[in-house]
Amino acid sequence: MAEVATQTAHQDGHHDHEEPSFWSKYVFSTDHKIIGFQYLFTGLAMAIIGGFFSYVFRMQLAFPGSSVPFYGVVSPAAYNMLITNHGTIMIFWVAMPVLIAALGNFLIPLMIGCDDMVFPKLNRLSYQIFLLSTIVLIASFFVPQGGFGGAWTSYTPLSAKAEYNGTPFGAPLWLLAVTLEIVAFLIGGINFITTTMNARAKGMKLYDIPMVVWMIVIASILFMASVGPLVAGAVMLFFDQVLGTSFFDPAAGGDPVLWQHLFWFFGHPEVYVVLLPAMGVVAEIMCTFARKKLFGYKMILYSSVGLGILSFFVWAHHQFISGVDPRAAYLFTTTTLLISIPVAIMLFAFIATLWGGSIKFNTPMLFAMAFLGEFLIGGVTGIWLGSSGVDVYLHDTYFVLAHFHYTFVPIAVIAVFAAIYYWFPKMFGRMMNDTWGKIHFWGTIIPFNGIFLPLFVLGASGQHRRIYNFQNFPDLASENFQDLRIFATGSLIVLILFQIPFFVNFIVSLKRGEKASRNPWKSNTLEWVAPSPPPHGNFGDELPVVYRGPYEYSVEDREEDYWPQNQPPQAAARS
Amino acid sequence: MAHQIIATSRSASGIPTGRLAVWWVVGSEIVIFGGLIAAYLLNRFLHGSWAQSAGHTSTLIGGINTFWLLTSSFFVVLAHAASEKRDIRTTRKFLWLTILLGGFFMLFKTYEYAVKIEGGYTLFTSNFWSFYYTATGLHGFHVLCGMVIMAIIAERDIKQGKNWHRVENIGIYWHFVDIVWIFLFPLLYIAK
Repeated sequence: MAEVATQTAHQDGHHDHEEPSFWSKYVFSTDHKIIGFQYLFTGLAMAIIGGFFSYVFRMQLAFPGSSVPFYGVVSPAAYNMLITNHGTIMIFWVAMPVLIAALGNFLIPLMIGCDDMVFPKLNRLSYQIFLLSTIVLIASFFVPQGGFGGAWTSYTPLSAKAEYNGTPFGAPLWLLAVTLEIVAFLIGGINFITTTMNARAKGMKLYDIPMVVWMIVIASILFMASVGPLVAGAVMLFFDQVLGTSFFDPAAGGDPVLWQHLFWFFGHPEVYVVLLPAMGVVAEIMCTFARKKLFGYKMILYSSVGLGILSFFVWAHHQFISGVDPRAAYLFTTTTLLISIPVAIMLFAFIATLWGGSIKFNTPMLFAMAFLGEFLIGGVTGIWLGSSGVDVYLHDTYFVLAHFHYTFVPIAVIAVFAAIYYWFPKMFGRMMNDTWGKIHFWGTIIPFNGIFLPLFVLGASGQHRRIYNFQNFPDLASENFQDLRIFATGSLIVLILFQIPFFVNFIVSLKRGEKASRNPWKSNTLEWVAPSPPPHGNFGDELPVVYRGPYEYSVEDREEDYWPQNQPPQAAARS
Repeated sequence: MAHQIIATSRSASGIPTGRLAVWWVVGSEIVIFGGLIAAYLLNRFLHGSWAQSAGHTSTLIGGINTFWLLTSSFFVVLAHAASEKRDIRTTRKFLWLTILLGGFFMLFKTYEYAVKIEGGYTLFTSNFWSFYYTATGLHGFHVLCGMVIMAIIAERDIKQGKNWHRVENIGIYWHFVDIVWIFLFPLLYIAK
């Protein structure tokens, strides 16, 4: 395609050629925005599947044995398959593609003032591999003996031998899908990192890069540095499953805990891989709607780097009861408690950003602020669980489950909604309805707490995870426990119903929403310099040049309370 | 798509984009092999019997293969030097010599596998042998990939005198594959 380039190439190329066909425009496009949308819509579709799974197994827990509407009676094997793939989908097929891939693809070239990724074709390849992995995963639900049911952590030896897990086809397909997905994000991540390193607009220095871009890049580096051992482990596990080796089978001299090490060496940094982009989204939105400079830009940046490094030394806190030496547990407790410091620095920096700002409470801002409050609960309960003494009692209970949902839901749901409401005008050129957005906001936040607060109580009372029917356990079958379960399930249904306004709002706004101007939020970063929606090539004839940092809001002696990064400086306005 | 993408030609960091990306690829590969080697080492220290199993690997063939790979690395450096002078003939010659030595490596590897399997040491004999085949197999796969990419560069790019920087990029990757072998060779073939 580059060969077509002529002298006139830099003029708006959109009109001097006939419109490309649907296939080349939307399916095989190398345009970073289209690939971002592909990731976004695939991720949202998978979120519907993952959400449906959670509805089915929550119904089974609330009303054991009864027929679930739209599904039927849940068998034990189906229950295991549903919880396993709910976790797998929500982390690998929702959080990763939406937060890293969709936002990264859409935002990075726009925010650093460039016209595309540095490897457009690799970018397309990345999505195609991701799509293949999605198809493999969905196929794994329908093979004989059903989908894999060994939990998203896929602990060995359960996951290694078909005679243990009962899914001779589901388990290898699940593993293959996850591995393909990892490959897709490795390719995508390398693209993000090199693009940010090399394709920045003229004048954009390291500290002029918007926080969300930094966060996606740091997350990509973290992902790349942590996922290797899991890839090696996946090869070994695949050999165990398909060929019959015994890497993880203790009966033949293998070591099942080795898988836990390989998995969590990736699995824990992965939490921060998805957390950091969410933090970046929140930073952008808060500055825009508080009309204030981001408090402690460099401190946030250094904290996230420190967080990334520390995250490689905490993984064994998932294994306190897996036979880890108590002295090692002591060490990992310490590192786990330490890692709350950089996270706390970021949260405090965001609160300080809000301090004294002229805050506009619209939908994206509400979601961004809810992120702080809800994530805080997840973070604080993490400190309890990170202490090995407490963890021995709480391990594998619903307390753990509620804890990590209080981290992952703010990340993969709340921050994602914030991002969608905030960048929708840029993505599709129209505004979303704010009133319906607010209804969606309250309908999401309140039931979310309604689901997981009871689960903290249940977990602290000793309710274990991954149990098909609590009525079989006299200690857990009491009526008030069951009432809490029903309350949680009811809240989930309310939450799911309140997603309907979102999807309706999304689709209606796509067609009929109020037309968005270039910069509807009066924001500083470069994506708002481009037309809404940006054409192929983003900025038209001239790519922007950067003169200042991204958060110069409410600068004294200026008429306007924002100062776009690309606006040439005026001597009088210097403070 | 008449708009010519300028992103591919920018270089804010001063390092050419292709080379930068190859380094990141190498970085991600280091952790993949790092995880595998760390898992091997843990097991090796834990099980005394593994040292005896390691006694059955062929140091001679491993040594010869080390020689092929190190020499091939020398040739890829010569190819790079020739590419800096934009010398199509010499660059292609040294790229193909590198591929040839990679081919020798693969041949000896195949022979080594055949002898081992005939001697009763298969992927399933014990976990040591599982690791042996997985690690050397994964490495061999990387050698093969490197050879294919190098052939494409020699025949598609260099033959037409374009994309000269790709010689350096594949060279970086090839050195990395060599260095992995430098770790595998003592761990699997020498330490007994």
